[in-house]
Amino acid sequence: MQKRLIVNHQLLEIMVLRLCHQLIESHGDFSDSVILGLQPRGKFVAQRIQRTLASILGREVPTGYLDTTFHRDDFRRRETPLTANATKVDFLVEGKKVILVDDVLYTGRSVRAALDAMIAYGRPASVELLVLIDRLYTRHLPIQATYVGLHVNSLQSQRVLVEWKDQQAGEDNIWLITKNED
Amino acid sequence: MQELSVRHLLGIKDITPQDIQLIFETADNFKEVLNRPIKKVPSLRDITVANVFFENSTRTRLSFELAEKRLSADVINFSSSSSSVKKGETLLDTVNNILAMKVDMIVMRHSSPGAPHFLADHIQANIVNAGDGTHEHPTQALLDAFSIRERLGEVAGKKVVIIGDILHSRVALSNIFALQKLGAEVMVCGPTTLLPKHIKQLGVQVETDVRKALAWCDVANVLRIQLERMQMKYFPSLREYTLYYGIDKKMLDSLDKQITLMHPGPINRGVELSSDAADSHHSIILNQVENGVAIRMAVLFLLAQKQ
Repeated sequence: MQKRLIVNHQLLEIMVLRLCHQLIESHGDFSDSVILGLQPRGKFVAQRIQRTLASILGREVPTGYLDTTFHRDDFRRRETPLTANATKVDFLVEGKKVILVDDVLYTGRSVRAALDAMIAYGRPASVELLVLIDRLYTRHLPIQATYVGLHVNSLQSQRVLVEWKDQQAGEDNIWLITKNED
Repeated sequence: MQELSVRHLLGIKDITPQDIQLIFETADNFKEVLNRPIKKVPSLRDITVANVFFENSTRTRLSFELAEKRLSADVINFSSSSSSVKKGETLLDTVNNILAMKVDMIVMRHSSPGAPHFLADHIQANIVNAGDGTHEHPTQALLDAFSIRERLGEVAGKKVVIIGDILHSRVALSNIFALQKLGAEVMVCGPTTLLPKHIKQLGVQVETDVRKALAWCDVANVLRIQLERMQMKYFPSLREYTLYYGIDKKMLDSLDKQITLMHPGPINRGVELSSDAADSHHSIILNQVENGVAIRMAVLFLLAQKQ
């Protein structure tokens, strides 16, 4: 297995800061906006975005975590079983501008499931998608992100891993992992 | 990634403590789903479930049916009272006919202990035992233990007494297995005529004085007197049973501690429980009903992955 560092912690900090400023351009004071991090890994991105926005705006943007396990279209078609994660949405989505947040956009199926799961909480005014990494030419569905940290061209056999200090990693890093072929 | 160690839920005896924890964690997530404005998820939308009830049931069948519909499964219902079973058809023939209609999962209640185990050896569909005679009622035990965990934080280390008709109860046996697997201490309490002869071999304490049992326990799970299963007289009269084993609010308030009161329903009000006890702050009976749907959703969801 080969690991190649594609974003180091300094670059990741700049990337998150840039994404937050782009969000502020669109959402102003966030009075009608909420953030939903997709479980399991988008939660950490959402937390980081929330903290960075709080340091700039001086107030916390409502942030929840959405699990899409029960809405996935590959249930019973996967090699490995699905394990559900907690959903925590303490606010109304009805009429809000929702920012869905995930770490990596790959096939688009998780985002489709997230849209389905989110509708169970009400009808939002609009939905945007923010991802740290957009893997190019890998989409199975016509879904694209509104805010992207970095576009990455990768092979299907490769995997993008986003590590956070919050998850006991040494520092924030994004890796491109290539499995050795036998 | 975790999955169940079994492809049928036939009894608590067959599953591991890890299976129970996985079911609880999945049910936690389904409880959240049940509190959303839209209480439905599409997980089982390509699955057909047959609720095959050879014995009367209201709450268990409704709870399963609701769980299946909340998971978007297609549901068919079968009850023996209005079927060809009355014309002499065998269990296997009945179920094979249902399976020929491309059913993926069967939820079955039967008056004969072991009936779902027999089916599991002969058919491909996932089977959930919804009560087999006086043997096991696994989803009831799971929802009971889940409700204790919800109320008291954990099951391990808690003292649980099961009071009443232990002899005829499938709930009691499944509860004993589930609670012991999760690390609780279990006692059974009732008249000696309603306690199975070798019950101590299951590692439970036995008590015939309900006041002593209540003083010992953190949780009292009170069972219904199953008059329909009693072919002979096990106690002189209902009035006498109530006098010795009935629980009322005064009795609960006289304890120098708060206990949790449970009942799998339906309650014989004024027999095993007085109304003021059943409706008191000690009682989590309605929480059990609510948790039943989440637990059954979790079981169906996890078994569907094992197809």
